[in-house]
Amino acid sequence: MLTNILPLIPIMLPFFMAVIMLLVGKRPVKHRAIAAIGGLILIIVSAYQVFFVYQNGMYVTYIGGWEPPFGITVVIDMVAAILVLTTSIIVFFITVFSFQSIGEPREKYYFYAMVMVMLTGINGAFLTGDIFNMFVFFEVFLLSSYILITLGGEKLQLPEGFKYVLINLVSSNFFVLGLAYLYSVTGTLNMADMQMKIASYEGDTTGLTIVAIVFLLVFATKAGMFPLYSWLPNSYAAPPVPILALFGALLTKVGIYAIARTFSLFFVDNVEFTSTIILVLAVLTIISGCIGALAYLDMKKVIIYNIIIAVGVILVGFAIMDAAGSIGAMYYLIHDMLIKAALFLLIGVIIFRTGETNSERLGGLIKVHPVLGWTFFIAGLSLAGVPPLSGFYGKLFIVESALDNQMFIAAIVVLLSSLVVLYSIMRVFMNVFWGEDMDFDRLKDVKMDKMMFSAISLVVIAVVFGLSADFLYPLFEMAAQSFYDPASYSSYLLEVQ
Amino acid sequence: MKSTLMRAGYKKVSRQMNDVFLQFASKVIFFLIVMFAFNLFFAGHYTPGGGFVGGLLGASAVVLLLIAFDRKTVHKMMPIDYRFMITLGLVFAGVVPTLSFLFGTPFFQHQFTYVEVPILQELSLHTAVLFDIGVFLTVMGACLLIITLVAEEKA
Repeated sequence: MLTNILPLIPIMLPFFMAVIMLLVGKRPVKHRAIAAIGGLILIIVSAYQVFFVYQNGMYVTYIGGWEPPFGITVVIDMVAAILVLTTSIIVFFITVFSFQSIGEPREKYYFYAMVMVMLTGINGAFLTGDIFNMFVFFEVFLLSSYILITLGGEKLQLPEGFKYVLINLVSSNFFVLGLAYLYSVTGTLNMADMQMKIASYEGDTTGLTIVAIVFLLVFATKAGMFPLYSWLPNSYAAPPVPILALFGALLTKVGIYAIARTFSLFFVDNVEFTSTIILVLAVLTIISGCIGALAYLDMKKVIIYNIIIAVGVILVGFAIMDAAGSIGAMYYLIHDMLIKAALFLLIGVIIFRTGETNSERLGGLIKVHPVLGWTFFIAGLSLAGVPPLSGFYGKLFIVESALDNQMFIAAIVVLLSSLVVLYSIMRVFMNVFWGEDMDFDRLKDVKMDKMMFSAISLVVIAVVFGLSADFLYPLFEMAAQSFYDPASYSSYLLEVQ
Repeated sequence: MKSTLMRAGYKKVSRQMNDVFLQFASKVIFFLIVMFAFNLFFAGHYTPGGGFVGGLLGASAVVLLLIAFDRKTVHKMMPIDYRFMITLGLVFAGVVPTLSFLFGTPFFQHQFTYVEVPILQELSLHTAVLFDIGVFLTVMGACLLIITLVAEEKA
């Protein structure tokens, strides 16, 4: 009974919240209450889910009662449970942040309902055990992200939103194409079943490598990898900060999750080729992200390019895909989701207070907002991975596994990227909070207690996550096992058959 | 059509076009399409059809009325808020599969039974129909909402 209901709560609860909001109509205050209460329930449920998986191992439910290889399965292993927990924490704080920042017109046009539908899609993509169902959930969160990116219809939003829609539509088409190839090769859509069939097949698997490239093209576009990230910075900079924070913290990470999942389960026969190509692209992603982060003084752009750097670092870990690499990539993935959301919210507070996005036009804000300034400082250190803050452990494991596998260039690039990250974020910090005083009369008189609350809470959570990394190690070890030992993921099929 | 008439030299074009043939034919065809939509809707599950196709056809019937008459007249004929229609559809589609927990079965598991009705003889009652009603309402509501919104923009 419990194992029937529990896996579906993270998918269905946001959906029901959205439906209730639609029933309530255009009443922002009630929407806020529903979003906040539902978000809290979701955090509690997904925390319990992590605990449950830790105690009992991964568990599965068969939707509609169909036997596993044929019907849709919802598979909750440690990776999915941790990612769902992180997602619900981030979405809760971003909705609280939006209470004071997104503005009533957008709230009236169902902003929170769209966020909840997006949460449905993201959680579904993490939890599903069926590759076609993953495509469906990708579409669910992409459709609501199309609405979110153009909601409000500002001058900048429409052209950038159009680009975003076009690029994602094209890559979704390739996703279906890749799925069709994969289905024609293996004859199944269940991810665990597919893994077993591919692992036990002893013929020529050149065809699969081609499918792997199609999938890499799709997910690289969604995750913002090297040649295909160029749409990302401008599109993400267009919508207001809460939406930017949602996109930056969550959407690219779903792409990374999909790369890790598909390349660990399906494309394992020609590892030299696939892992090399991901590694090379990841290193190039880091380098191009670094160039972008150094080139801009606009606060939004600096942090957006830091997303691209982080995507590269995580993918270095997933490209190597041994035990240390996967653990490091999981640590860094969770760290990056938390700290990116926190940083976006912090610069959001600055932007709403000053009305400026260019850090050069600001200065001396530490005198007015000391708490905000030092929180930003800690968040910046954490982003760069200064020990003992949260970014450190992920990078440690990733570099360790890169050195173990004689991938020195990747290790050096990852290490040097930390310096660039530190420099870019500290430059923003010094421009905004130190330096010559700006004209303090220009500051806007906005209510910001809820904005400050959610931004600071996220930084605190990220710091606590960093400090308790040792305590959380068993969870991450368990999560990484799904990647470097794919047979453990598909073991639930053996129990059934 | 209005602008074509303007270009053809008609100076004054009345706001509402009274195309008698179109209006009369659409009144008849409307019911044919709706009947066919319901037919497809109930044909679903075992044979091709179902809520999605039925909803699309149902929407197309209303769109025909929108073309023949104008939006105000259609709204007078069917005073339905399309947003509420979508919401109601989502409620059906979301609640029905969730209720299967009451039977202790997994999400989306359908429940069915056979009943004897005097004239119609054996009928199968199926929870999948309720779910499909949700799909029908959502698809039809979404189509009509989009079309009326796009049409409104020009006025």
